[in-house]
Amino acid sequence: MTPAIEVNKVYKHFGVVDALLDINLEIKQGEFFALLGPNGAGKTTLINILAGLMLPSNGRARILGHDVVLNYREARQVMGVVPQELVFDPFFTVREMLSIQSGYYGLRNNSNWIDEVLHYLDLSEKENANMRTLSGGMKRRVLVAQALVHKPPVIILDEPTAGVDVELRQSLWDFIKQLNRDGHTIVLTTHYLEEAEFLCSRIGIMKQGRIVALDSTKNLINSFNSCLIKLRLTSSILPIKLQSLVEDYAENSFTLRIDNYSSIEGVLAALRIGKIEVLEMEVIQPGLEKVFVQIMDRADKKELV
Amino acid sequence: MSGFYTLLQKELLRFCKVGLQSIFAPMMATLIYLLIFSHMLESRIQAYPNVTYTTFLIPGLIMMAMLQNAFANSSSSLIQSKISGSIVFVLLSPLSYMEIFVAYVLAAIVRGFLVGIGIYLVILVFFDMPLRSILWIFVFALLGNGFLGALGIIAAIWAEKFDQLAAFQNFVILPLTFLSGVFYTIHSLPSFWENLSHFNPFFYVIDGFRYGFFGVSDISPYFSLMVVVIFFLLVSWITLQMLRTGYKLRQ
Repeated sequence: MTPAIEVNKVYKHFGVVDALLDINLEIKQGEFFALLGPNGAGKTTLINILAGLMLPSNGRARILGHDVVLNYREARQVMGVVPQELVFDPFFTVREMLSIQSGYYGLRNNSNWIDEVLHYLDLSEKENANMRTLSGGMKRRVLVAQALVHKPPVIILDEPTAGVDVELRQSLWDFIKQLNRDGHTIVLTTHYLEEAEFLCSRIGIMKQGRIVALDSTKNLINSFNSCLIKLRLTSSILPIKLQSLVEDYAENSFTLRIDNYSSIEGVLAALRIGKIEVLEMEVIQPGLEKVFVQIMDRADKKELV
Repeated sequence: MSGFYTLLQKELLRFCKVGLQSIFAPMMATLIYLLIFSHMLESRIQAYPNVTYTTFLIPGLIMMAMLQNAFANSSSSLIQSKISGSIVFVLLSPLSYMEIFVAYVLAAIVRGFLVGIGIYLVILVFFDMPLRSILWIFVFALLGNGFLGALGIIAAIWAEKFDQLAAFQNFVILPLTFLSGVFYTIHSLPSFWENLSHFNPFFYVIDGFRYGFFGVSDISPYFSLMVVVIFFLLVSWITLQMLRTGYKLRQ
């Protein structure tokens, strides 16, 4: 099957600054993919190249097999992009804007789908309001709606939830998840790691113009597989064997760091030998945030070498 | 094709929504020019035999208003969407650069024509205007507005701020239109200025346009037509290159 997105040896230079260095990436149809990275890592530059808002200095990118430079019309037809900046056209109302946007993609009578999108994004009441009069969160929703008017198979969202309140964020993700279930490929960038962890099946992490990690969300989290185990015991003294694992303690509560789940048995065995009973136990899995920080550290160290 | 019609429609809708400012204000300004200049100069200047100064002035003023508004239309639309960022909606769409070009230029031509026809209709109430050849009038109006519409795109792509665009308008477009023989025949100028006027493309637009009304002009309308066509094609070619390569828009 043709990949939804194919990026091949893409470089982007701004004068002497290298914004992207040798980016290679393949995203399959139907994936829910997150692009993470600190500010200035090159996420938006990469998205702009996919969207045709910037030309790559070198290399090629394809959307569903259509080269974004050579076959730009076909590529843009199958892709919907939510830009990061909160932009709007002050001359028009929400509905006018969406009909205009539909027209750009060759859709003349699109009002049924527009109604649906307005409904899902909770914009129906504002359909006749001028864009100028909308709040920031509303404008963001209109941007999402604009990217979806032509039902693109590939949807790219550049920080769609920046500055959006929690309630809306939830309904927005429900809608996007529904689109993903219906077969749309979703690519998003976000600063909220828990969002990526919760939503995405695969994650790419960028730093200083490179992709420094690329794997399924599960593998990424497992690759940093130490987890924490929190115990409340009948004793305030741990067996000597376990003392090197202590991360934190208070009276008879201990937090231990272990390599993986199979080490739990060893911990419990040591406690049994010491005749200490477990009153409470909680295993804490590492989150994406931890993984992210570790990958950033590792990338830093690589640079030093 | 439907994408193109949408962009054209949007561009037309844009200036119609502010019609007071985009159509009626320039009509008003032009009619005031006419009132003042005709009142002051009617008895002193005669440009062509059997043509009063006021009658002589009218086609030039109409064309000047059309050119300025055609330029204002494409340039202000583009710079506003560029600075507000809403240009991305066009840039993200599958519209080709040729479709974008034609839509902006056509919208500029339509606004130019609306202003021009508006002024003409008001003037008809007060003055008797000869009309030699509607075809010459139409052809020069079309090319002149198209030329300035394309020039407006270039200026707006080049300008990064509103004041840069205003500078282009005030230091290039305004002097070239005012000094193009709107208010006088260039034969009345000292020879240095007369020769210089031949390098002003706007002169040919206005001279040819005026020929359509009176059947008299400073130079042959065929020569003017050739010059205007060449300038229109040249400016269009440059605009298309800028749009094709994404100069300042996709960088």
